Amino acid sequence: MATDAIPTFRAGTASLPLVVRLHEWVTTVDHKRLGILYIVYALVFLIIGGIEAAIMRIQLIRPHNNFVSPEVFNRMFTMHGTTMIFFVVMPMLFGFANYLLPLMIGARDMAFPRLNAFSFWLTAFGGILLYFSFLGANGLYGAGNAPDVGWFAYAPLTSKTFSLGHSTDFWTLSLLVSGFGSIGTAVNIIATVFCMRCPGMTLAKMPLLAWLNLVMAVLVILAVSPLSAAQIMLAVDRYLGGHFFDTQAGGSAVIWMHFFWIFGHPEVYVLVIPAFAFVSEIVPVFSRKAIFGYPVMVAATVCIAFISMSVWAHHMFTVGMNANANTFFVLSTMAIAVPTGIKIFNWLATMWGGKIHFKTPMLFCIGFLFQFLIAGLTGIMLGAAPFTWHLGNSYFVVAHFHYVIVGAILFATFGAFYYWFPKMSGKMYNETLGKLHFWLFVIGFHLTFDFMHIPGLLGMPRRIYTYEPGRGWDTLNLIVTIGVFFQAVGILVFVANLLWSYFHGETVGSDPWDAWTLEWSTSSPPPAYNFAIIPEVRSRRPLWDLKHPEDPDWKYE
Amino acid sequence: MNAQPVVISDANITWERELPSRGRVAMYSLISAESAIFTIFVVAYLFYVGKSLTGPMPRDVLHAPIFFTVCLLSSSLTIHLAVKSLKLAKIGGFALWWFLTLALGATFLAGTAREWHRLIYNEGLTIQTNLFGTTYYSLVGLHAFHVTVGLLGITTVLLFALLGYVRQEQAERVDVLALYWHFVDAVWVVVFTVVYVIGR
Repeated sequence: MATDAIPTFRAGTASLPLVVRLHEWVTTVDHKRLGILYIVYALVFLIIGGIEAAIMRIQLIRPHNNFVSPEVFNRMFTMHGTTMIFFVVMPMLFGFANYLLPLMIGARDMAFPRLNAFSFWLTAFGGILLYFSFLGANGLYGAGNAPDVGWFAYAPLTSKTFSLGHSTDFWTLSLLVSGFGSIGTAVNIIATVFCMRCPGMTLAKMPLLAWLNLVMAVLVILAVSPLSAAQIMLAVDRYLGGHFFDTQAGGSAVIWMHFFWIFGHPEVYVLVIPAFAFVSEIVPVFSRKAIFGYPVMVAATVCIAFISMSVWAHHMFTVGMNANANTFFVLSTMAIAVPTGIKIFNWLATMWGGKIHFKTPMLFCIGFLFQFLIAGLTGIMLGAAPFTWHLGNSYFVVAHFHYVIVGAILFATFGAFYYWFPKMSGKMYNETLGKLHFWLFVIGFHLTFDFMHIPGLLGMPRRIYTYEPGRGWDTLNLIVTIGVFFQAVGILVFVANLLWSYFHGETVGSDPWDAWTLEWSTSSPPPAYNFAIIPEVRSRRPLWDLKHPEDPDWKYE
Repeated sequence: MNAQPVVISDANITWERELPSRGRVAMYSLISAESAIFTIFVVAYLFYVGKSLTGPMPRDVLHAPIFFTVCLLSSSLTIHLAVKSLKLAKIGGFALWWFLTLALGATFLAGTAREWHRLIYNEGLTIQTNLFGTTYYSLVGLHAFHVTVGLLGITTVLLFALLGYVRQEQAERVDVLALYWHFVDAVWVVVFTVVYVIGR
């Protein structure tokens, strides 16, 4: 029974009617399909969030522009921020984690397949709920219906007095729902990594991607839960008439800031650690060398996660804390540079003396290295409280965190797309289009975000819908907006490449990159059961051992 | 495709025994997440102690629910004895201790309900009254919600036990639920200390 069911399923998939195939996707509990659902979902929201960014940049292309009203501008920056963090980057990284983790640790699925599906659909409904606000929420007259309180929604803007109607409720509930989805996925990732490893794969022999996603999942549990708690409090305030953030009744607006940033700063590392994971897998394969300093990489990651729990208030230097608090948060913020620096040097040392292949995934990883370094340097600048007193809430801050999220995280994620696309689809992407995407995106990225630092230094605050001419901001804003168009064309090339290659790409075998981790030992795309026989490993590079029985890794580890 | 051909051998079975149980790992992870949520509520409670602008104040209206606390805490012992009985395949003993756990948990919840009824109807304290009301009902309510979820789980297992489906093989799974119940009890120790000792 079981033996004939598998070939029927494999052969019949393409010829089944569309409704049946869609039904299979909706009811699936397979980690690979859920991974792809996460990724496609994130790509759709990437386009939506990108359009919102473009609307803001068109509005700011010249002084006194009237492309959108101030109210629409407020909604755009709120929706752009919320969408990009919660409904693009997180689902994208969860998608890759879902798809890759069981394959890399030699398992047939995640620890809890149904919890996995449940978490995905929670996240999906969270995103739909947020965007339903455009249609379903009756907002303040003239201010419209989508959330317009900024992505960190400081009190008292979120109180009933200042946010009538339901726009803020949609924001709160959507983050609460998707937050529970994230916690579910994190629980699943931790259980998978600890309990589903194939024989011989001790923790010290796991691929770095598995290690880094484990650390990410722990951070999700410690960071997203406080956000959920804060959202419950906000819901209590708005629905039940509570006073958590109501200063009229003795409540505190500052405590919301603390609660939000206790989530907000570890969240940055939730997003960037999986990006580190991609780079740690891609750089060795395209340098033809094993990763340099594996144990130090793991230790540095755990160290980053640990320190990241104690730096949140560097987002609040301009709020006014006492000197002791400022000193503590400056020092802890600076301390994070040490493990991060270790990682950058380890990647460089992996490339050093290697035979580097400049394929698209590697190009994106090299871009990541440079841009992440600069993002880290501006981070150190902003980590110094007196510097932030000058530049807090300016475009310098906006440029800094976009350097992290676009320049580092998105670049690494693009690298991951190109690297694992052959595994997921069974087809090779088009290298020329891939390189075109890379160069368009590099040019666009640097035009936009390099030049965005300068208006910040010249005093341009963030979240303004327009500005006076003659302050030295005009040309810079024009250049910033021009960069956006390069990036948009780059994204179009990327999507076109994925679609074209999926239908017309060259078919590839199981291991197009001559790589070393277990996902490349099974067919492309992998069968529903992943491995016909559960593999057994003896080193961190099981496929190297298989290909080089005369000189296996386990002799040296 | 090229995976090293390995026959599932005794070595693999030993390997699987070495890995931790996924139910326990997942429950510990969930407990960590829940602890983080409770921590935020506890911090908010402590931060707002004594900051209410109007009455009623905690010391005027709160009485420590000693009896109900004893009920909840002793349910940790009964659930432990229930799981121990199940591991020894004593189904009757399991059902008895398990039912006792349910009864103790339900008594605690009834205690919370009675206290809330008194506070709302006799003392005029609602979630809208002042900061104390907001933080008190949120924190105690969050805990009561967790007790309710635990009781639903316990009731489900009890129904299965009465229908004869719970056997020694399920001891591990039942133990995971017991872990959650111990957590709910442990949180009450914190909530009790914060609300009825420090907060008063």
